[in-house]
Amino acid sequence: MEPVLPPIGMLAELTHRCPLQCAYCSNPVELLKANREMDTGGWISLFEQAADLGVLQVHLSGGEPTLRTDLVELVRCLARRGVYTNLITAGVGISEGRIEALAEAGLDHIQLSFQGAFATTTEKIGNARGAHEKKIETARRVRATGLPLTINAPIHRHNMNEVPDFIDLALDLGAERLEIANVQYAGWALLNRDALMPQRAAVERQVQIVEEAQERLRGIMTIDFVTPDYFAIYPKPCMGGWARDAFMVAPDGTVLPCHAAATIKTLQFERFGDRTLSEIWHDSAAFKAFRGTDWMQEPCRSCERKEIDWGGCRCQAMAIAGDAAASDPACIKSPFHDRMGALIDQATGKKSYDGTFAYRRIGRMSEPMV
Amino acid sequence: MSETRIRAIVSPQSRPALKKHARLQYDKVRGAWALLSPERIFWPNEVSLDILRLCNGRNEVTQMIAILADQYGADETEITLDVTGFLQEWSDKFLVEL
Repeated sequence: MEPVLPPIGMLAELTHRCPLQCAYCSNPVELLKANREMDTGGWISLFEQAADLGVLQVHLSGGEPTLRTDLVELVRCLARRGVYTNLITAGVGISEGRIEALAEAGLDHIQLSFQGAFATTTEKIGNARGAHEKKIETARRVRATGLPLTINAPIHRHNMNEVPDFIDLALDLGAERLEIANVQYAGWALLNRDALMPQRAAVERQVQIVEEAQERLRGIMTIDFVTPDYFAIYPKPCMGGWARDAFMVAPDGTVLPCHAAATIKTLQFERFGDRTLSEIWHDSAAFKAFRGTDWMQEPCRSCERKEIDWGGCRCQAMAIAGDAAASDPACIKSPFHDRMGALIDQATGKKSYDGTFAYRRIGRMSEPMV
Repeated sequence: MSETRIRAIVSPQSRPALKKHARLQYDKVRGAWALLSPERIFWPNEVSLDILRLCNGRNEVTQMIAILADQYGADETEITLDVTGFLQEWSDKFLVEL
């Protein structure tokens, strides 16, 4: 057994509240109301312990993190500890002067999402009128403070043909980085999988467009491409390997190895406050369950890629193979790989999509439906 | 933003500096220097660190090469391509401003 290394990155989901209702949201289907959120003192104490433990980068996310009235104070604490802070925002309804105050407090970077490259698409996907214009205004204010800007475009069937327009939009907005991120089917996206799954031909076209743009825009804008798992040959090293160098924290302080980990019902998770972060990172049974390579079955166990992709995504193995310890079915070597293709065909081959999404709302779902 | 964005190309007169959002700091937990940037952390080796430390916005590339050649007891012409190649690559990654 290898020694446990200190974590480098932390995703802090400060709240599940959000002005948008995107059907692809990676949050769990069972969302927490505001009264379940950890208070300011709890988050500050967690961030202090995270810095002591070796965390160098914190992604402040949600829901919509700017809905936390204490966000500036939280950023100030992280900046004081030399932790690199990245705010992941939908950029809708951020009050005047807030971005400037965050920059002043020491925020390092902002990642702003766009649901579409055009207003009609952004409004339809997020189910929020006027969202697109507000996002453009947010981008302008971010650039005015001098903070570096990444545009994040979550991609699926309903906006994949806008990829060239997302590239133009990000260039126009002065972004240094664009993430073309094909939706990962966890949380709400799994619930809406049939409605979101793209056609194979569209995926192939998208790959060509992105590769051409990466070449053309070298040194002008970085384009990071998160490929769609269901069309993959090898899985992604989800979270860089389970409990290997990153973790996430839910709004109520529950510490998890990844955002979808709660879908693995055999695991039990611990809350910060009940135990210290160091105890959870080193000793929590949920963190130890799939850490390293000892838990692996075949074909992972004897695979030369086992320390490249770390078995892929445990939650995807759970969702598709029905076993959280199986190889990620995105892998061509998985005996369940064919199911990915069958799920694509099921979603795109027939008229399974009736024009509506199960929009993300707090309290809408009490039990995961899939 | 209406002006056309263009790729910065390294020249002997460039005065490289770390980008405002790239932060070189010593990590006490791991006992190593880290370059922090949006979404990524780099662990530069000793040579990369020596180059990055000279990226202060005052040194021209030619001066950087002279200093490094002196530090490493190497010939300036021998290391020029390595240094300019490194700076171009790190400029393309938006970590160094030329």
